[in-house]
Amino acid sequence: MSSADIYREIILDYYRNPRNYGKIENPDISKKDSNPLCGDELEMHINLRENKVSDVKFTGKGCAISQASASMLTELIMGKDFDFVKKLTKEDILENLGLHDLGPARIKCALLSLKVLKYGIYSYVSEKLKDTVSADKIKEEASGLF
Amino acid sequence: MQTSVINIESIRNDFPILKRKVHNDKPLVYFDNAATSQKPIQVINSISNYYLNYNSNIHRAVHELAEESTAAYELTRDKVAKFINVKNREELVFVRGTTEAINLVAYSWGRQNVQKDDIVVTTEYEHHSNIVPWQLLTKEKGAKLEYIGVDDNGELILDQLDTYLDTGKVKLVTFSQMSNVLGTMSKTEEIVKKCHQKGVLVLVDGAQSVPHLKVDIQKLDCDFFAFSAHKMLGPTGVGVLWARKELLEKMVPFNAGGDMIREVHKYETTWNDLPYKFEAGTPNIADVIGFSAALDYLEKIGMDKVREHEVELTRYALDKISAVKGIVLYGPPDVAKRGGVISFNLGDIHPHDLATIIDEDGIAIRSGHHCAQVLMERLDVSATSRASFYIYNTKEEVDVFIKSLNRARELFRL
Repeated sequence: MSSADIYREIILDYYRNPRNYGKIENPDISKKDSNPLCGDELEMHINLRENKVSDVKFTGKGCAISQASASMLTELIMGKDFDFVKKLTKEDILENLGLHDLGPARIKCALLSLKVLKYGIYSYVSEKLKDTVSADKIKEEASGLF
Repeated sequence: MQTSVINIESIRNDFPILKRKVHNDKPLVYFDNAATSQKPIQVINSISNYYLNYNSNIHRAVHELAEESTAAYELTRDKVAKFINVKNREELVFVRGTTEAINLVAYSWGRQNVQKDDIVVTTEYEHHSNIVPWQLLTKEKGAKLEYIGVDDNGELILDQLDTYLDTGKVKLVTFSQMSNVLGTMSKTEEIVKKCHQKGVLVLVDGAQSVPHLKVDIQKLDCDFFAFSAHKMLGPTGVGVLWARKELLEKMVPFNAGGDMIREVHKYETTWNDLPYKFEAGTPNIADVIGFSAALDYLEKIGMDKVREHEVELTRYALDKISAVKGIVLYGPPDVAKRGGVISFNLGDIHPHDLATIIDEDGIAIRSGHHCAQVLMERLDVSATSRASFYIYNTKEEVDVFIKSLNRARELFRL
């Protein structure tokens, strides 16, 4: 993908004006991760009510792709069923971003948000729901992202 | 429009990789020399010549091949001694790289000499390889690790060194002769003098300086010195530790095994002479021999000329890049105080995005924290972009780079 295709108006807009940026006090799900190669950081907080995402926020620093990806992901899952959120795939995220053909170095930037989300769900499902079978599956998906 | 001091055209012809295109049809502009330099054909040939014609293990066998390989391997040691003006060749230990050299000192000398409540002093502009080994050592010993700060011009605040030295607890001061991010050249001789007045030893990390400056160990008068071959036209996997003989003699081996022993009995071993005491196992023979060709290459140009060329190119680049709207530069503004390294940020473009964009124009730069997160914290940035030059870079390439920065500005609507 050329830079002109990557850095479209919408990506830059989410980078400069991130939606759902911030923190939630005592969230049901809280996860922080970083990409050690480039130092991108991301923290995601989620509240659940009646098995739906009732609130979601993120903070972080990093490149336009990683930050726009995180912000767009929060919009994608806000108000959605927890089951829908659990099932999100790499393809869903890239589709949502409109970035289909990122090289191996930059795809990590786009997928860091999903990785943080999946590890957050893993901790929630294993520690709070005590459902180790589902949790292990989610963990496997998270570690398989990159 | 080349710099006048060296014949760039003939130099560029020696580097096959500079002829390749990237992203289909873009000539490669290689500005990531602080990470690793490219290799001239002479170095590549010297390595393949070893494998083609006299590959054999060194030091032990008596056959002709082994004599040739041993002689070639040891010849590199002599050339290194001459290159950085070391008096005793046995004070030069071949290691894998600067990182291993520093670790060798931390594990061997450090464990023998640093005790509880002692202080090791490093600086805020060190590479992680000159921070983490000392964190491990000081934590293990209950000693303290202190930092010399960096001022807004990217220079070390040497008053802080005085304060540490006055405690009487400092065992070692360790710092880079040239910062890999800011390009700042440390006042090495002044620091060494201050330390020696208080009987404190000094380790100098020469990874960024030896490739670009005439370095004279006897003049620097430090106690340990470390650098890598791969940043100075040589192969990866070869580095050098120099240390004073009296220090090396008292130090215990870092790695144990073949070649570093004199006699081995069931429960006791006596060590081989210097430097072999620190070169356990079969070393990286081919690449040490390849390094020899790199040293020849640089000697032929002359390190003063290398420096002169880079000063001229850096001055040109700083001048051009300063005019790019939204640019923030890090490091000393004065070219005389810095090497050919330019760290910068452009508007709110994250360095990774910038590197992606200009890579499309064939330009290879580095983006990120450059293994210097302590410095990134000090500069209050998460990352920077870094362009770093060497003997084969030209002003025309700088122009391509500047044009590409402006394209990035447009893409980001700056």
